[in-house]
Amino acid sequence: MPLFNGVTMNVRELKNNFKSTLLLRKDPVLFGTIILIIISLFLFILFPLAKVCIIAFQKDGKFSFLNFQEAFGFWYYRQAFVNSIVVGLLTAFIGTFIGFLFAYSIIRAKIPGKKFFNIIATIPIVSPPFIGALAIIMLFGRNGFVSSFLLKMSNANIYGFKGLLLAQVITFFPVSYITLRGVLESISPTLEDAAMDLGGNRFTIFMRVTLPLAIPGIASSILVLFVESLADFGNPMILAGSEFPILSVQAFLEITGMYNLGKGSALAFVLLIPSVSAYFIQKYWVSKKQYITITGKPTASSNKIVSNRARNILFAICILIAALVLLIYGSIIYGAFAMSWGNDATLTLKHFKYVFEVGFDSLIDTLIIAGISTPISGILGMLIAFLIVRKKFIGRKFIGVVSMLSFAVPGTVIGIGYILAFNNSPFYLTGTLLILLINFIFRYIPVGIQGGVAVLGQIDPSIEEAAEDLGADSNTTFRRITLPLMVPAFFSGLIYAFVRSMTAISAAIFLVSANWNLMTVQIMSQVESGRIGAASAFSVILVIIILISMLIINTILKLKYHTKSSLLSN
Amino acid sequence: MSVKLTNITKIFKDQDDSTKEFKVVDDVNIKIYDGEMVTFLGPSGCGKTTTLRMISGFETPTAGKIYIDGECVNDIPANKRNSSMVFQSYAIFPHLTVKENIGFGLTLKKYSKVKIAESVKEIMDIMGLANLGNRQPSQLSGGQQQRVALARAIVNNPKVLLFDEPLSNLDAKLREKMRIEIRRIQKKFGITSIYVTHDQVEAMTVSDRIMIMDKGVIMQIGTPFEVYSNPDNYFVASFIGRANFIPSKIISKTDSTVELNVQGTKQIYNSFVENLNENDDVLIVVRPEGLELSSSKKMLFEGIIKSAVYLGATMEYEIQVDELEDVIIAVSYNPKKEGFFEEGDKINLGFDSKSTHVIKTN
Repeated sequence: MPLFNGVTMNVRELKNNFKSTLLLRKDPVLFGTIILIIISLFLFILFPLAKVCIIAFQKDGKFSFLNFQEAFGFWYYRQAFVNSIVVGLLTAFIGTFIGFLFAYSIIRAKIPGKKFFNIIATIPIVSPPFIGALAIIMLFGRNGFVSSFLLKMSNANIYGFKGLLLAQVITFFPVSYITLRGVLESISPTLEDAAMDLGGNRFTIFMRVTLPLAIPGIASSILVLFVESLADFGNPMILAGSEFPILSVQAFLEITGMYNLGKGSALAFVLLIPSVSAYFIQKYWVSKKQYITITGKPTASSNKIVSNRARNILFAICILIAALVLLIYGSIIYGAFAMSWGNDATLTLKHFKYVFEVGFDSLIDTLIIAGISTPISGILGMLIAFLIVRKKFIGRKFIGVVSMLSFAVPGTVIGIGYILAFNNSPFYLTGTLLILLINFIFRYIPVGIQGGVAVLGQIDPSIEEAAEDLGADSNTTFRRITLPLMVPAFFSGLIYAFVRSMTAISAAIFLVSANWNLMTVQIMSQVESGRIGAASAFSVILVIIILISMLIINTILKLKYHTKSSLLSN
Repeated sequence: MSVKLTNITKIFKDQDDSTKEFKVVDDVNIKIYDGEMVTFLGPSGCGKTTTLRMISGFETPTAGKIYIDGECVNDIPANKRNSSMVFQSYAIFPHLTVKENIGFGLTLKKYSKVKIAESVKEIMDIMGLANLGNRQPSQLSGGQQQRVALARAIVNNPKVLLFDEPLSNLDAKLREKMRIEIRRIQKKFGITSIYVTHDQVEAMTVSDRIMIMDKGVIMQIGTPFEVYSNPDNYFVASFIGRANFIPSKIISKTDSTVELNVQGTKQIYNSFVENLNENDDVLIVVRPEGLELSSSKKMLFEGIIKSAVYLGATMEYEIQVDELEDVIIAVSYNPKKEGFFEEGDKINLGFDSKSTHVIKTN
């Protein structure tokens, strides 16, 4: 299993690495940093996960499968498992299909309004993941705008399979779009031109050239979406309902509702396996199969690869999807200002007033937590990227694999792990600000690491060697040379981490307390108590904060570094 | 400041399979004297760059010792070694101005701002960068970037200056100009320098001595004259310039002469490598310009011109000789006077003792 790559190195390699590690003694700052990072990764990523596994396989202090037998002896939890997998697979395939359609229409068919569609695809990414669910209730629920007002259905039921699938597809297709956009951009259009030149018709070219070249990207997108869907907590919490149990929600209820840690851990463990497997298949197998066609020559396409009729059809489909996205997020905005959704459409500010009265503390808490954890996780991410790309030492692979693990592990599992691991001495952190900060920092370092690794790949190593040659130690080199060069990637990572911290719920919901609460958790509880207007107002404020922060960071980047963050660019 | 390498060896392990080892540098010994410019020359993968990187401290020798100015530096990390490197890619810090780039090393040494500004200005004047101090690296031409890299290295007053294929990114014209400039600066400051290149012309023009390497092993160390005129072995003879190899056998040998059997005749030569013995199979190295061609005068060989190429200043011939396996290459440097031969012409060719050098058969 790749997880243990770092440990199962053979002896020779170990000896080799050991030598390099010994050399690090001469650089105590670097050595100390590495030790500190390894310890924190153990403590804040591996330890909680280990705790989940231990508790799951333990009954009365002994190794046992009893928790699993109890949990899955119950038909309801077996159903939850099946439901989670089925919804996960469907979300993965449908989401990827729509993502590909979007990407192909924009990159290859060159439909008009590229900027507009990019914004459409960005909205779900910068919004809390359950806004889709909320809006779907507002549109298609019992008092829904579409179901009740337009279609005059008296007893519409959107809860369960249909609603959840719709919500997840809308929430996650942009992830697929962004992946596949990159894939399609990297496939040189001259290949398609060449195929056309050789006499292929457009459909053959698509089936025999474009699609096969994009297959690794598509597979990668399917796996990523599968992981995201399994990990999703907010949408199923709101939309699944009791007749359609979902694993992540049931694990949460088992822990917080029944206080049954063993059973909850068993459910979490079952959730963990497919997620982690899919993630590692994606990362270590599929992503290595990507075709990259680099010619070094400008790749102007003859632009005839899609017929006008096909382009029009694609454009129409994209407009439809965009309309659905706008409808969903528009209804949130409208809902925030409407007196009573579905009954009284008079415009009012009362929901915002209510939010500022009831939820102001959680707004401040959220800002404090995201504000502190984001830069720390960004810097830590850059640092780890630097270490794993540029330095040789024992545990380099370990750091790489473990720090990326947070991407794979569903938030629910992490949350359960944290309450199991840090609820008694020596690490009694429950209810503190610290536990939230640590959780956010270690959950979002992979973003920084990925960005950092990508940038470092583009920085000629001799630039760092030159600094060292001129007398800089590795600390100075990192501070004065590498870090400044990584700044644009750093800010991109920062934006992403900030967005994720502001919109996180799945792990955080286990860790909030009366003293430290989050807006997302507040929104969730407003939804549960049926205050749609308040939930909408909350969501609007949250998204506005995120947009303003992105604007500020992008302005800084533009003015100071003449670049843009990648999330909004193109 | 001298640089000395004793028994330097570097073994790399295969990244995927660490049981596979590659000896990239094999028992290298050389002493580079104060103020000298020595070039490490060889085909790519010969270990020259690795040797340079061990001197700079970026690689650690698997065995052997490196001395700079008499002090063993094996345990001194790159940033504490008093050597400066000019990188193949220049490695100019893209986020710093020209001035900041050049002053980077001095800033780290915590010199005063005034002192740094003075030193930077002085070196920029010498290097012809006078008005470029506030430019961003992206606004510089290739040649200017090269100068900045050199200025940045020299301004620190290093004990040894290291060049890692510094001219390989420049176009041919600029390369010629810069190698003269590098030599000028190096002599002006009298800095001990080591220069890595795979371009033999570059090596010939900039160096006091050349160390030729192949597969990690030193093939020869000598002045440009020595490596061209008196190559130690087949590799050096064929790597530096072009050469004809004529197989032969030693009949007898004295301290200053060897008597060889060439075409059934006895010939005496006085330029040859050490360790030759009677009855050894040898090769006579004759450079293309050392061959004499004639249509009438009887000489050692007879051949037929296979190709004749007119290059303006010179005439180049390929000649097929029945007794020899390889085609003979000959150059006539004054074809107007020496006469033109055409494809298919029968021709006599030979060489005198002064134009030859005798090496062992591989």
